[in-house]
Amino acid sequence: MIVETGHFALALALAISLVQMVMPVWAARSGDPALRQVASQAALGAFACVLFAFAALTWAHVTSDFSVQNVVENSHTQKPLIYKFSGVWGNHEGSMLLWVLILTLFGACVAAAKNSVPPRLRANTLGVQGLITFVFVLFIITTSNPFSRVVPAPMEGNDLNPLLQDVGLAIHPPLLYIGYVGFSISFAFAVAALIDGRIDAVWARAVRPWTLAAWSFLTLGIAMGSYWAYYELGWGGWWFWDPVENASLMPWIAGTALLHSTVVMEKRDALKVWTVLLAILTFSLSLIGTFLVRSGVITSVHSFATDPTRGVFILAILVLFIGGSLTLFAWRAPLLRQGGLFAPISREGSLVLNNLFLVAACATVLVGTLYPLLLEMLTGEKITVGPPFFNATFIPLAIPLLLIVPFGQALAWKRGDVLAASQRLFAALAVALVVGFTVMALTWGGPVLAPVGIGLGAYLLIGSALEIVSRARGYGSSRTRDLGQIGRRAIGLPRSAWGTALAHAGVGVVVIGIAAQGWATEGLATLKPGQTLSTGPYTATLDRVAPRAGPNYEEAAAFLTIRTRSGDEIGRVETGKRFYPSRKMSVTESGLLTIGASQVYASLGEIGQDGGVGLRLYYKPLVLMIWLGAVVMALGGGLSLTDRRMRVGVPAKARGRAMPSAAAVPAE
Amino acid sequence: MTRKSRRLILIAACGSVLALAVGLILFAMSGSIVFFRSPTDIAQQGIAPGTRMRLGGLVKDGSLKRGPDQTVDFAVTDTNATVEVQYKGLLPDLFREGQGVVAEGMLEPGGRFRADTVLAKHDESYMPREVADALKAQGRWQEGGSKGAGPKPATASNGGTLGPRSER
Repeated sequence: MIVETGHFALALALAISLVQMVMPVWAARSGDPALRQVASQAALGAFACVLFAFAALTWAHVTSDFSVQNVVENSHTQKPLIYKFSGVWGNHEGSMLLWVLILTLFGACVAAAKNSVPPRLRANTLGVQGLITFVFVLFIITTSNPFSRVVPAPMEGNDLNPLLQDVGLAIHPPLLYIGYVGFSISFAFAVAALIDGRIDAVWARAVRPWTLAAWSFLTLGIAMGSYWAYYELGWGGWWFWDPVENASLMPWIAGTALLHSTVVMEKRDALKVWTVLLAILTFSLSLIGTFLVRSGVITSVHSFATDPTRGVFILAILVLFIGGSLTLFAWRAPLLRQGGLFAPISREGSLVLNNLFLVAACATVLVGTLYPLLLEMLTGEKITVGPPFFNATFIPLAIPLLLIVPFGQALAWKRGDVLAASQRLFAALAVALVVGFTVMALTWGGPVLAPVGIGLGAYLLIGSALEIVSRARGYGSSRTRDLGQIGRRAIGLPRSAWGTALAHAGVGVVVIGIAAQGWATEGLATLKPGQTLSTGPYTATLDRVAPRAGPNYEEAAAFLTIRTRSGDEIGRVETGKRFYPSRKMSVTESGLLTIGASQVYASLGEIGQDGGVGLRLYYKPLVLMIWLGAVVMALGGGLSLTDRRMRVGVPAKARGRAMPSAAAVPAE
Repeated sequence: MTRKSRRLILIAACGSVLALAVGLILFAMSGSIVFFRSPTDIAQQGIAPGTRMRLGGLVKDGSLKRGPDQTVDFAVTDTNATVEVQYKGLLPDLFREGQGVVAEGMLEPGGRFRADTVLAKHDESYMPREVADALKAQGRWQEGGSKGAGPKPATASNGGTLGPRSER
């Protein structure tokens, strides 16, 4: 019964989203502002309905209701409870429902954020949001109904794919979707502005918090996905340039560009048309990502069941939104009042350069991802575009971009001074060079790019710190050398300044983590108990291999002791092969030992008849910095969100209050 | 600085970054694209040793031999032609004889394929799409046939998933 009610709630959400879409248009035509209010209520209603539908599906999963097709295919009575929850979105239908749940959640947030968005803009935004909701709910109901029943109901389910039976599934998809779908708000804002034919700094201020929130979650989602792939897939790689990974990376890069161009628009009233285009492109890339992952064009862990009708439907959605919004853009963008041009050497000039590099990098990823698909469609030739392509295109574009980061911050708005900026960054440049050369000297004969990366990371870290210090020190007459006063001023700096510094420092941490992988080592051997395998500075001894039982699997586990080369014990690692009888599938569980930010990674291979086991051992120096850096970036985004300027509800009052501190700490 | 020169600088910056990106893409395209080949392609086209490619097909029944130090030998077949493959490393969990497999690496002068990556999919009735297409092209595809002879494509009830790759 609950399942049917859930199905009904989803259908109701479809109807309500139609109301949400139509009302703002009607309000604009009839000029009755009360009708706009209906859009807000509809957004809240649609969220409530989808939430109910989602809860109903969760209930079916948790109680193992095997009369529901979706539960049969993805659940099992013996499956641990946490996977019964996360299994809800560990399949195509459920994950689409989660997608729509987050979509309506964002819609409800916009509706609830009464003061932050001008009423007309809010109503139009909600209208666009309503259209997106309508189309996706229609997609679920017609092609991917999670509530369809099976008669007769089987006694036992097929169980969830063992690869997905991991905490990662509970965390990665929701985070990623909040990011992906969050950009729908920026998109809706952009389309609303185009419909209205009006765009200004208020628009930029209204859209920025949503973009920032979406970006922060997407950062976490990608990092979590990367870490999950790293420890689950068992061969120690953390990024494969796989099409599904690129699908999440592209909106992230475009979103990063959007985040920066909105700043220019807010501060300098420039780059308006460009920002609108970026907002459209960012969500379009999210949709392309959804298409790539959900339609089954690409086979991967993310494409669950493939069904051609779905692919066609998603392609139609893609054409509708991307084609529609770009057409609208071409038609209406000339109406938007153009902002002024500005000096090339200035903060805004460097942000334009940042946007150029980000968009170029995004384009190379797009080409590398879509080219094989297009080529196969046109000529039937099957090719793979792998890491060598992306390393050769993405990295040369990323390096100049990273060099600009601290530099752009050191430039003033309107008119910057290259010499002054270089002087300010002198310490960062000097330290980066010293660090780079020292590392190069210490690891002579090793990889060349790795010390460069370490130096670049150091440059970003120190550059971010210098930014805070020089702002706290003040400029001109208010400049001070008193450390106490600098400290007090630093604390008094706007949270967005700290957020920016933190996010950029996070990039530095990620770069160091990535660069350090140049020194990663690995070993491979067949071991019998008592034998050892060495890699990097560590040695692993196989103590024993023993069977053990889990809740819904049987495991053969290898127990290892990790020692330094000189024989000091550091810790123990267990790696195993798990066999899941329900799916007749075995999965390797890798064993990790964390030493500072570095890890020793063990992966079990074939267990031979003679008691010898295949073992692969990796040493991954500073590998955790890759993901910790991403977390720091997201924290920076979160900190910026708490800035008082972001609470756009009362711009006049906030500006009044901000005045005194703004005088003490001149413009950002 | 005049408005005109500012605009020129902007356009020049856009143009040069764009040119850089296009140049990098073209450069990378010429050197790092890997083609997919079936054993029949290799037999017929006489591909030069040392060319990187992806070889896809079925692991031939009874061909898997494990050597010392985790070296494995197996044969990949599309039932028309067969290629011997050598690989050093841990095989993916669902690597099995009679199942679909994709190996990346290059041909040695003797005609043996040295793989540095082996991909198999995490599903008992999995068939890499490329392999399925190649078998269909050979007319060897048996829809819903018995296991081994004609593996079924992934159906709705056994959602396909990517298994771990093994890299050397």
